[in-house]
Amino acid sequence: MSDKVEFSLAELMIVAASEAWRGDGEVLASGIGVIPRLGASLAKLTHGPGLLMTDSECFLVEDPIPLGPRGDFVPKYSGSMNFERVFECVWGGQRHAMIGPTQIDRYGQTNLSVIGDYKKPKAAILGVRGLPGNSINHINSFIVPSHSKRVFVEGEVDMVSGVGYNPARWEPGMRQDFMAIRHIVTDLCVMDFEGPEHAIRVRSLHPGVSFDEVQEKTGFPLLKAPNLGETPHPTAAQLTLIRRLDPHDLRAAQLKGNPPGMRAAA
Amino acid sequence: MNKLMTATDVVAQLRDGMTIGFGGWGPRRKPMAIVREILRSDLKDLTVVAYGGPEVGMLCAAGKVKKLIFGFATLDAIPLEPWYRKVRESGALELLELDEGMWQWGLRAAGMRVPFLPTRCGLATDVTKLNPELKTITSPYDDGEVLLAMPALKLDVALVHVNAADQLGNTLITGGDPYFDHLVARAADACYVSAERVEERFALTAAEARFNTFERYLVKGVVHAPCGAHPTACDPEYGWDMAHLKRYVASAAEDGGWQAYMDEFVTAGEAAYQDKNGGVERMGKLPLPVF
Repeated sequence: MSDKVEFSLAELMIVAASEAWRGDGEVLASGIGVIPRLGASLAKLTHGPGLLMTDSECFLVEDPIPLGPRGDFVPKYSGSMNFERVFECVWGGQRHAMIGPTQIDRYGQTNLSVIGDYKKPKAAILGVRGLPGNSINHINSFIVPSHSKRVFVEGEVDMVSGVGYNPARWEPGMRQDFMAIRHIVTDLCVMDFEGPEHAIRVRSLHPGVSFDEVQEKTGFPLLKAPNLGETPHPTAAQLTLIRRLDPHDLRAAQLKGNPPGMRAAA
Repeated sequence: MNKLMTATDVVAQLRDGMTIGFGGWGPRRKPMAIVREILRSDLKDLTVVAYGGPEVGMLCAAGKVKKLIFGFATLDAIPLEPWYRKVRESGALELLELDEGMWQWGLRAAGMRVPFLPTRCGLATDVTKLNPELKTITSPYDDGEVLLAMPALKLDVALVHVNAADQLGNTLITGGDPYFDHLVARAADACYVSAERVEERFALTAAEARFNTFERYLVKGVVHAPCGAHPTACDPEYGWDMAHLKRYVASAAEDGGWQAYMDEFVTAGEAAYQDKNGGVERMGKLPLPVF
């Protein structure tokens, strides 16, 4: 580990996010939000050159587009990926999206609709959006910028918008085998669904974070991956790419206080 | 044949209780000039069908929406649609909250005149649990798969904003993404379009004609509405008006905020609306968003 390289927690999460797409080959990598988009872009520029990516609007690009105002950079397009095409891609299963749901439960079910009672909610959010269709058709990963019991709820999420591995929700004859949830990248750790019957495991802990702290901030019991270790630090080469992809440093505004990747000793 | 009419003429065709579908996507290419004319009218009890942007919030704020058939409501750069949120949280709306894919599948079924289309989208979620009228179907073939039978979403009226139209009802959507306006138009008994530019009769090159996404027989009326999508974006003409959207968002946090917004921008008509927003000179030059 090159502890001499300084990096922010957001940069550590970008590198962790990029790992979610490892081995995916030629699928549409949709990173929704700054950290996931930078993660997908980094993946494409390093271990996943086959990934497809858009300009975050409706055109395909082979060179990931830097975020924000572009200066002299002129995108070169390789094709079209308007919304209608995205749905066709989704339904064909050729996509891996990373999104930030408002709530996630132990089954990987997600909520983007409302908090509280459905009819008279405490908070209306966006609506289910594409979560039902995305979750049942292709690989998904999640980003959680503030790991807490408000996100990782006890029981089920308030409104199941995206499907998960909850047997009670699936009826005989429904195809569950097209769905897969890969990683959850939070500000504390990386988790996966590789426990028994897709139980959530902590896969790696960010520097200075303990398993107990993660468990304390999660509304359901977690497992430890057998090889649980520290989340890999960004390399100097990865940081150079991240800076090129995010010239306006939008990543610095993604986590409250833009904390360093190496947590100061408590 | 001349389908040219005014936004007032369009709204005169609408009735209380109608099911109205809107083109566009979130804060993108919404038929806002016609929406403002609805806001000025006494229409009520509408069922609104949309990939929702500010048209959903404004119609909710004005108390015009009985039921919402939607996948989301958002201003994108401002994620939470303030008036949708406020009215939704009051418990005042009937809802059919759908996966984005189900929504367009329903319109597609209506356009094809079939009762439903099968899909996996929505299975194993609360979308189906909360809406027991959505039923499953078992594949009649050897696979026997259980699928959701997304029912046709038939519209009384479709309202769509396009870049250009002619008086016959031919339309062009020249932005990078045509969204699903063709499906909205096909699902409706009558589609009315507003357009940035209206010509008497198109004489297009083959390259330009590719921007036509639905047929003129669907279009019952054409409204000339320059900057008619404002404050939403109209790619490639102009971007959304963030200053205006912020003013609109702020209205949801003020006592009497909706009436104040109406008085400031809407009540006095479209010409006054343009003046209040710096005129078409400013509105038509708002930069497109860069992501």
